[in-house]
Amino acid sequence: MNEECIIRMSHVTKKFPGVTALKNVNLEMKKGSIHGLMGENGAGKSTLIKIISGTYSEYEGEMEYEGRKVRFRSEKEALQAGISVVPQELHPIPEMTIAENIFLGREPIKHAWILDKKERKLKAAQLLKTLGLDYDPDTKMEKLSVAQKQMVEIIKAISRGSRLIIMDEPTSALTNVETEYLFQQISLLKEKGISIIFISHKLDEVYRICDTVTVLRDGEYIDTRPMQEVSCDELIEMMVGRQVVDIYPKLHMPKEKAVLEAQEISGDGFEKISFAIREGEVLGFAGMMGAGRSEIARAVFGLDQIRKGKLLLNGREIKIASPSDGIHEGIAMVTEDRAAYGFVGARSIKENISLPNMDRFAPRFLLKKREIENAAGEICRKISVKAPSIETRAGTLSGGNQQKVVLAKWLIRDLKVLIMDEPTRGIDVGAKQEIYALISELARQGIAILLISSELPEVISMSHRVMVIAEGKCVGELSKEEVTQDKIMKLIAGGKCEN
Amino acid sequence: MKGNEKSIRVDAAGLYRKYGIFIILVIMFIISAVMNKNFLKPQNLLNILTQISVVTIIACGETILIISGMIDLSAGMVCTMSSCFAAGILLQTGSLSAAILAGVFTGALAGWVNGFLITKFKLQPFIATLAMTNIAQGITQVYTGGTAIGAGEKVRFLGQGRILGIPMPVIVMLTAVIAIFLLMSKTKLGVNIYAIGGNEKAAIAAGVDVKRQKRIFFTISGALVGIAGVILMARLLSAQPSVGNGYEFDAITATVVGGTSFTGGSGNVGYMLIGSVIVGLINNILNLLNVSTQYQMIIKGILIAGAVIIDIQTKGNKSEN
Repeated sequence: MNEECIIRMSHVTKKFPGVTALKNVNLEMKKGSIHGLMGENGAGKSTLIKIISGTYSEYEGEMEYEGRKVRFRSEKEALQAGISVVPQELHPIPEMTIAENIFLGREPIKHAWILDKKERKLKAAQLLKTLGLDYDPDTKMEKLSVAQKQMVEIIKAISRGSRLIIMDEPTSALTNVETEYLFQQISLLKEKGISIIFISHKLDEVYRICDTVTVLRDGEYIDTRPMQEVSCDELIEMMVGRQVVDIYPKLHMPKEKAVLEAQEISGDGFEKISFAIREGEVLGFAGMMGAGRSEIARAVFGLDQIRKGKLLLNGREIKIASPSDGIHEGIAMVTEDRAAYGFVGARSIKENISLPNMDRFAPRFLLKKREIENAAGEICRKISVKAPSIETRAGTLSGGNQQKVVLAKWLIRDLKVLIMDEPTRGIDVGAKQEIYALISELARQGIAILLISSELPEVISMSHRVMVIAEGKCVGELSKEEVTQDKIMKLIAGGKCEN
Repeated sequence: MKGNEKSIRVDAAGLYRKYGIFIILVIMFIISAVMNKNFLKPQNLLNILTQISVVTIIACGETILIISGMIDLSAGMVCTMSSCFAAGILLQTGSLSAAILAGVFTGALAGWVNGFLITKFKLQPFIATLAMTNIAQGITQVYTGGTAIGAGEKVRFLGQGRILGIPMPVIVMLTAVIAIFLLMSKTKLGVNIYAIGGNEKAAIAAGVDVKRQKRIFFTISGALVGIAGVILMARLLSAQPSVGNGYEFDAITATVVGGTSFTGGSGNVGYMLIGSVIVGLINNILNLLNVSTQYQMIIKGILIAGAVIIDIQTKGNKSEN
């Protein structure tokens, strides 16, 4: 009985400080099958994968692999046991050849210590052939497309004798043709008896390639079902759930006047995007990570470039080439990656708040220290930043309070547009609720807000209007009245879910 | 219980970061005083300050750069180049102010070029300033023909004169330290120095023109190196085409011993001054002990490694917390 299972998990729970990422997961995956793993961002898919592949060895519960009880202490142990991961972001060494990359760290050796380059090339060529690929093993990795790099990664896994290959959103960076190609290869692997865990957000793909699907939601195991027996709507329902705790404040009616207008703007990762945000309106951008939502926002703020198209602010065309242009026009942005772009961890709350406001705090070079202290103290009290004092280093605060500091530095300005990219990621519920209240209040004051969120309940409840972005394009717009999680998911899946 | 022990250890690290350098300074004072009966005499103390003046002025610039996440390896050679140009101009024009101006301008220009290479072509500061070291050395050799330039009597006051009993080089050094201290604590330029070193991306996202700021930091640092060059020339009453070599190393040592971290974002010139005094005292002790220059170099190398190890160790404890 156990022989049939490649992976069996019982009562697996994984806790991080402050968050339970996985709650009591029971799961069986059949040997030689392609097993879909689905769930929203933050559902616990990555955590589950990291337990299987040995990244996390501290967890409650038990795991069996090929009928044996195991607890991998490291990624290396899992690798030796025959489990490989093809990550979402590939990191090959671009200057090295295909053969060199495949055998990196376990190069064939002759005469005790001499590198056997001939053998390496030969073996690589053989491996490529087994999957029917006609690449030259001496090709440099940098010359390959993303799909080809993925294939090399898969070959690396096979060459290690892997019996379970985990693919984390392998199609997210692929074109349609490349996806077809990948699917052919996956079918080949299945024929060879290799088990595959396939993580994807795209329903049509999961239906096409997977035998079985497991759904996780908020760290909980929901169900495992044979693919033929589950309908598309059921699957969506399983993923998003029905209960939505009401932590969202009421939104006020926006005014008529458009504040920010984008007319067919294009840039890296997005194409011909048009939208308008009115005074006091919250426009939501829904979509999966990597769909191009952040890129649009970054370009509007000036962190990235707009190649084509126009931006209008209160009807006047504006040119944004850098964040300082954006700030100058009254546009502010709370970035997705808080630690990288949000604040300077080594400096105090007060300094972080003063940094973008030098026009006010140091109009003629010298700092107005008293004014900085007053303004920082006041805004921190107003949005209740919990910290010993405004001299506290921003890096020592909790995620929620760090986010409040990021907001604070913008809120003391006279803002017209506020862009918030995943403003509540990694923040506990209490702080989330405070940030929602703040969004509602800022909108009431007439600020035009662009809210990007991967959490569907958040983007639905906190927006007057939701635009759905997929693969760099707007695939639909839903008004407050018509928006539901199902509709958003269907738009993301490309409307290919009519059954 | 366990948690308690940890927090005590962390506090010790925190205390060390704040006050450790003063303890080391006191220890150095005691050792020096025991070894040399004349050590505590004002004249001797002023001599030590005079000896560290050139390096400390360079270190003011180096502190700005290291805090903002960069470094200048060319400072020693640019200092030499500035001193040679200053001496040359002095001989040609006979004007001390023209000479000072030439020295400061040379340093500032070299600094600006460093900044330009780094911001325009995205060179690593390490590489750009390494290249500048060679360029400055070459220019100096061409300009001087490899021989010293006598500066004459006009610079004697600047190099050896005193005001209220304090030697001129010490006055210039203290002025530079105070000026940079005020610049870093009281102006928006200072906020930018710390912010860029602490998190460059966040500074960009806050609207700081990071490239322009970096060029300004390098130009200021270069001007300080130029001032150091003029003082060097004045102290020696001549410019010598190889005398400043390795000063950048002493300046970086002083900065790092003064607690400025290579990871950027923290540090200040006040601590750097103490670091510089410590390095000066160590040099002084080693000289008294008749330790040869070669061994002094070994000891200074160990010192800089040790200071960085302490920095990492005390920081490591903090991040664990």
